[in-house]
Amino acid sequence: MYKYVIKRLISMIIIVVCAGIIVFTLMYLAPGDPARLQLGQWATEDVLAAKRHELGIDLPYIVQLGKFLYNTFLRFDFGISWQSSMPVMGELAVRLPRTLMIGIPSMILSVVVGTVLGIFAATHEGRLGDSLTMVLTMVLVSAPDFWVALMFIILFAAKLGWVPAFGIESLKSYILPIICSALPVMAVNARQARSSMLEVIRADYITTARSKGQKSKVIVRRHMFPNALMPIITGVAGGLCKVVAGSPVIESVFSIPGVGAYLLSGVNYRDRPVVCGCVVFFALFTSIVVLLMDLCYAFLDPRIKAQYSK
Amino acid sequence: MEKKKTSHSAEFFRRLTKGWSSKLGLILFVLIVLVCVIGPFLSPYGINDVDVASINAGPSKEHWFGCDTMGRDLLTRLLVGGRYSLILGLSASLLSALVGSVFGLVAGYQGGAVDSVIMRFMDIWSALPGLLLCILVSAFLGPGFFPTVIALTVGNIPSVARMIRGQVLSERTREYMEASKVINCSGFSILFRHLLPNTIQPIIITTTMAIGGTITMAASLSFIGLGIQPPTPEWGALLADGRRYIMVYPHLIMFPGIIIALTVLAINLLGDGLRNALDPKLRD
Repeated sequence: MYKYVIKRLISMIIIVVCAGIIVFTLMYLAPGDPARLQLGQWATEDVLAAKRHELGIDLPYIVQLGKFLYNTFLRFDFGISWQSSMPVMGELAVRLPRTLMIGIPSMILSVVVGTVLGIFAATHEGRLGDSLTMVLTMVLVSAPDFWVALMFIILFAAKLGWVPAFGIESLKSYILPIICSALPVMAVNARQARSSMLEVIRADYITTARSKGQKSKVIVRRHMFPNALMPIITGVAGGLCKVVAGSPVIESVFSIPGVGAYLLSGVNYRDRPVVCGCVVFFALFTSIVVLLMDLCYAFLDPRIKAQYSK
Repeated sequence: MEKKKTSHSAEFFRRLTKGWSSKLGLILFVLIVLVCVIGPFLSPYGINDVDVASINAGPSKEHWFGCDTMGRDLLTRLLVGGRYSLILGLSASLLSALVGSVFGLVAGYQGGAVDSVIMRFMDIWSALPGLLLCILVSAFLGPGFFPTVIALTVGNIPSVARMIRGQVLSERTREYMEASKVINCSGFSILFRHLLPNTIQPIIITTTMAIGGTITMAASLSFIGLGIQPPTPEWGALLADGRRYIMVYPHLIMFPGIIIALTVLAINLLGDGLRNALDPKLRD
C-alpha cells in the first residue's frame, strides 16, 4: 500500500511540474509585449527595455524557465504579479477561501441531492417519478451554467430582491453561485447514481436478500447503497474538480474575486506570474483530489486493495 | 410468417427512433439546423440592419424576439449565430475525435513503451480540466473562428484517447486480430481496416455527446471575452453582449440561452438514443 501511495505521489509531482513547464512556455510564446501592455502605447524604447529588464523577460528562455521552476517548486514562490506588483502567492491565499466557499458547499449539495434523486429514480424505475427526474436532470445538464446563473440573477436578485446579484459583501451573496455551480454537477451525479443503482438492483445478491424476506428499506440501505458507493466517490471528486475548474465563468458572472477570476485577469493582461501560479495551483488541486479519490477506491474496494497488498 | 428482412441502416434507424426521447432529440436537432440554415434567408432583416425606432424593444409582431441595444433584430442574429455555434461544436468534436482516436488506437495497439509515453503525455495534458485548458489555448492563439476550434478541440482529446485505448485493449484479444496478424497484414492496415471499424461505435457515441458540451464551452469562452468576439453573433457572444443590460432588458439574455439549452438538449437526447441503438450490450 505504501509503495502505491509513493508511486502515485511521484507521478503527481512530475505531472504538475510538466503542466507548469507547458503553461510557462505557452505564456512565453504568447503574442504581445508585456512591457508595452503595462506601460501603454506611448512608452519609449528605453523605458520599455528597462521594464523588460526589471521583469526579467530579456533573459534567454531556458534561464527564465529554470528560474520559474526553481522558485515555484523548490521555494514555493509564485513571483510577483506584473500588473499589480503584489506577490501571487499572497493573492492566491486571499482568494482561495472565496473559491472554496463556493466549491465545497456546491460539491456537497450536488452529491447529496444528486445521489438521493438518483436512488429515488432507480427505485421508481419506469414510473412517473423516474421519468420526471430524468427529464429534469437532462434539462439541467443541457442548460449552460452561466446562463442559468444570469436567469437566477434576474429572478432572485432583480425581481424578488432576496439575494444580492454581485460581489461578496455578505454570506447571502454566496447562495446563488453555490446553487448555480451545483446544478449541472448534481444532474450528472443523479444520472450516474441512477444507472449504478439499477445495475446493483439487478444483481444476484439483491434477489437473495429479497427471497430471504428482507425489508426493502434494509435492502436499499445495507445491500444496494454500499455497492453503489464507488460511482458516488467519483462524483465527489469529479464534482469538486469541475466546480473549481468552472470558477472563472461563475466568478465572472457574480463578480466574485476568487482564483478563477484571478486567472482570467492574468490571461487578459498577459500577466505571466499570475497565469502560471493559478495554473500550477489548479493542476495541483486536481491531482490531489484525483489521488485522494483513487486512495478511497483502494481503501473501500477489497479487490483493488488486494492488488497492492503484496 | 417469415420476418421481413430489414437493411442494417433501416434497422439502426428503427432502433434509434424507438424511444420518444431520442425521437424528440432527432426532430428538434434537425429543426434547429434547418432553421439556422434557411431562417436568415427568410428574415426581412440582416444581422447588422439597425432599426432605430425599436432599440431594446421587447418581442413584437415585427421583431419576434425583440431587438438588441443597437436596434438589430435578435432572432436574425440568433439564427446566423446558430450557424457559428453549430459549426464550432461539430468541427471541434470531430477534430478531437479524429486526433484522440489516433492516439488511443496507436497506444492501445502498440502497448509497451509507446503506450506508456502516450498515456503519460495524456495525463499531463489532462492535469488541467477542459475549460481551463480552453481558456489558456484560446488566450494564446487569440480570438477568431479557427483558433477557437483548436482551443475547443485540445480540451477534449485526452478523454477520447483514453476511451478508445480501453476499447482497443479489449478488442486486442479477439480472434479477428489474431487472424489479421497471421495473414500478415501491415500494422497500418490492422489499425485502420480492422481495429477502427470495430471501435467506431463508441467513437460515434462520444463524439455526438461531445458536440453539446462543446457548444456550451464555446459559448462560455466568448462569454468571458475569449474565443469568438461580440460583433459576430455567436450565441455566447450574444449573451456577453446582452449581459450589461441584464437588469433592464432581460430578453437579450433569455432567448440566446433558451436556444443554446434547446440545442444542447436535442444533441444529448440524440446521443442517448444513439448509445442505446448502437451499444451491443443493450441489444435484444
